Amino acid sequence: MKAFMHHFAFEFRTGVRNRQLLLLNYLFPLGFYLMMGFVMAEINPPFRESIIPALVVFSTLSATLLAIPDPLVNARENGVFRSYRINGIPSLSILAIPALTTILHLVIVSALITATAPVLFRAPLPVNWLNFGAVLITMALACAGLSVLIGVISPSSRVTVLWSQIIFVPSMLLGGMMLPYSMLPAIAGKIARLLPATQAMNALNGLAMGKAAGFSPWGSVMVLLVSGILAFALAVQLFSWDSRNTTRRGHPLLALLVLIPYVAGIWLFS
Amino acid sequence: MGNSTIEVRDFRKTYGDFVAVDGISFDVKQGEIFGLLGPNGAGKTTTLECLEGLRAPNGGSLRVVGIDPASEARKLRNLIGVQLQSAGLPESMTPEEAMRFFCAYHDVVPRFDLLKRLGLDEKLNAQYYHLSTGQQRRLGLALAVAHNPSVLFLDEPTAGLDVASRVDLHELMRELQAGGTTIILATHDMAEAEEMSDRVGILLRGRLVSTGTPMEITATGAGLTKVSVRTQNSSLSAPDLAFPAVSQYLSKDEYSIYFSSDIGPTVSAVIAYIEAQSDTLIDLRVERPSLEDRFLEITHRGVAR
Repeated sequence: MKAFMHHFAFEFRTGVRNRQLLLLNYLFPLGFYLMMGFVMAEINPPFRESIIPALVVFSTLSATLLAIPDPLVNARENGVFRSYRINGIPSLSILAIPALTTILHLVIVSALITATAPVLFRAPLPVNWLNFGAVLITMALACAGLSVLIGVISPSSRVTVLWSQIIFVPSMLLGGMMLPYSMLPAIAGKIARLLPATQAMNALNGLAMGKAAGFSPWGSVMVLLVSGILAFALAVQLFSWDSRNTTRRGHPLLALLVLIPYVAGIWLFS
Repeated sequence: MGNSTIEVRDFRKTYGDFVAVDGISFDVKQGEIFGLLGPNGAGKTTTLECLEGLRAPNGGSLRVVGIDPASEARKLRNLIGVQLQSAGLPESMTPEEAMRFFCAYHDVVPRFDLLKRLGLDEKLNAQYYHLSTGQQRRLGLALAVAHNPSVLFLDEPTAGLDVASRVDLHELMRELQAGGTTIILATHDMAEAEEMSDRVGILLRGRLVSTGTPMEITATGAGLTKVSVRTQNSSLSAPDLAFPAVSQYLSKDEYSIYFSSDIGPTVSAVIAYIEAQSDTLIDLRVERPSLEDRFLEITHRGVAR
């Protein structure tokens, strides 16, 4: 437990001390929040209704998909994991602790957004705080798991960026943050449901913000929860200590199994 | 073999078709410093990594303090200390954090005295990527010994270190040895291996071609002693000179250098010749073959085959 606490405290400090992580955990989400609040809320007043869920989801994407994978790849390439291995640090700690500290950073950023948005932009607060917290944690878990999985299977930083952007960019366009899910064409809606951002926005709208959900909000929570657990399990299975060690415990394409809950959700939850 | 801390039997490791280590056997006793020498690609790091449990062998057996590193690596973690050649720490981790962090995982009290001793006391709060290569290596060493391991693996420990740090490292190694720690030292530095090792093993193309004390290894070579002579008028520079028992001659930096199988007749004849030429002797050095000479002899012979 003492070792876990030292590890957790170090990773949490790294999230603020490392300039790139500070940018992705705090500066980028909060800067984007202020810009969207001041600009979008003026241009499109109904956007005020979505500021809190949309910017919380955006912060989650930034702190997980953009911030988690690259440090994992760099640590593996620079022999950090080898140091960890010879000192008996379990792979589960290496993968879970950065995800947990990121979730803590996300809670802080979400609290800042939620506390200031009503004052700055007349944004409505969540109507069900318990559900808001539960969806936030579930969404963070799903995105962190996905990000850890990307870090584990990516052979280099360049590939990491590619994988992360494949999820991040469509999430921005189709995830319900800028454009409501109900306004998407049918086929685009199906594709959007493969993204954690869409599921998170749907769950936040339906369970926390008192708005109509595009499809089953509890189904979205279920999809996020199962995909998060599955992503962590796959990451632990596919984890390799160093790039020179050619023995892997599974082909990287197995990571695509993480899509199963999203695909199943399209059929199971209408 | 009773008190062997490390036992290697017919150990073999391949990467695809490439045979990195080809059936080597050796033992290291408790409290011994064993030097593992060899040119690049000889199989030193592979051997160390298999002993440390980082890789699994393809054949033979390995035992470190009675534990099979491949199948029981977790049991080894608190018993061995490792300074890897290719390992790092997170960029933003400070030496103080690293000491607390790794000692917490080994469940021991942090050894800040080691950081001070290795000259890192003024860098306790500097981030890892701000440390020089030498400082990073010293930190790696401090972390490797902080939990008082029974066996210490050092892979090129003095690479990037200045002279004072080398001396500190060697003192620390001697202290650990006196406390019963077994040390495996993989190095390219022959002077270090000769000075520090109780025994050495020379690896060449995955095979162990020679083992023994540094003295035993140097004694089993061609046995030629180097006689270096410098005179006032360079009378020895004539190309057709022949002296008894000399099998090889070369000239370097105003010195005439003879490789002799029997130095008595050689030195007597050289001095007699200088006197006969009315020349004056400025410097005469007689050197037994070093471990480096023997290493080069073995590795060149091996490569020539």
